[in-house]
Amino acid sequence: MNQTGIGTLWTVAWTFGLMSLFAVGGANSAIPEIHRIAVEVNHWLTDRQFADVFAISQLSPGPNVLIVTLIGYQVAGILGAMVATLFMCGPTAVVAYYVSRLLTRSAHAEWPGIVQAALVPLSIGLMSASGLIVMNSADTSIAAYSVTAVAAVLAFATRLNPLWLLVAGGLLGFAGIL
Amino acid sequence: MSTTPPPLMAESSGTATDPPVGLAALFIAFAKMSLAGFGGVLVWARRAIVEQHRWMTAEEFNETFALCHFLPGPNIVNLSVVFGARIRGIPGAIAASAGLLGPPVLIVIVLAMIYARYGDLDSLRRTLAGVSCVAVGLLFAVIARMMLPLLKKREPLSLLMMLAVFVAVGLMRWPLPTVLLVSVPASILLTIMMRRWSGA
Repeated sequence: MNQTGIGTLWTVAWTFGLMSLFAVGGANSAIPEIHRIAVEVNHWLTDRQFADVFAISQLSPGPNVLIVTLIGYQVAGILGAMVATLFMCGPTAVVAYYVSRLLTRSAHAEWPGIVQAALVPLSIGLMSASGLIVMNSADTSIAAYSVTAVAAVLAFATRLNPLWLLVAGGLLGFAGIL
Repeated sequence: MSTTPPPLMAESSGTATDPPVGLAALFIAFAKMSLAGFGGVLVWARRAIVEQHRWMTAEEFNETFALCHFLPGPNIVNLSVVFGARIRGIPGAIAASAGLLGPPVLIVIVLAMIYARYGDLDSLRRTLAGVSCVAVGLLFAVIARMMLPLLKKREPLSLLMMLAVFVAVGLMRWPLPTVLLVSVPASILLTIMMRRWSGA
């Protein structure tokens, strides 16, 4: 898995660079596409590893986009991690910079509102697809499904720090209950 | 009825009435909010930028975030770039995004090394499996929170678009670029039509 070649790095770079431009609604809604490309197309990770990597990315502080860093590491070590992160964030950062400058100058304030309103249902649909895909790779037993359900309800209904829920899940897993 | 979002960036960028914010201060502020943010940085970003440092008003922050939400790519990274650029130009953008990404990337790489080394250990596997069950639950909670305003508006066409994208990407597993090339123009068209109907 850890074959560090220029070719592999290049694949990682253009894959994530291209993907980022389609990642409407942030990293979480890009998960189905990341899963499709990393697991199904390129076979960089198994389904189980994908679930693990998702868990690690949620367990660590920072933006959710770091799942890409972990996949890059799996493919090509530290260099792969750096390249994946840079290309997932760089192109869209440049776009964001120029668009924000453009909008600061122009007075046409109607279009951003329309586009935004149009994208909201799409990005929620994408995130729901993400939920389904990570659930399929993470939940393998009825106990696992129940833990997911309880965590979802607690996170939705209370203001509990998500870290405690993650730690509790880890403890349940360690104890062999799931 | 008229739920038109606030106009974006109506004013020119002139937020800095106080002495200019230093690049190091930007880096540190974004590193802090990033390291505090488990399962999403947005809440902490808002708290730090609006309440703690008072670098932006609540309205300015909402407008900036709305812009970053409709742009592709990781929202919070975009936010750091746009915000940093507004305060200190391109160096500010680099300082803010480096603060946001640098420290957590290092942490994640260390975690990746541990995983690569001990990932096959049974106890670690079981622990991670438990964590990922919860992580999936957290994702569902975020989705539910975002879906709530959409459900309240009772716009069947929006819900239909949402469902269509879910089926295409989640169930049919079609490639995202294809799905977006069709669904984005369709959704924009529907939004314009819905506004015409409700407005006229």
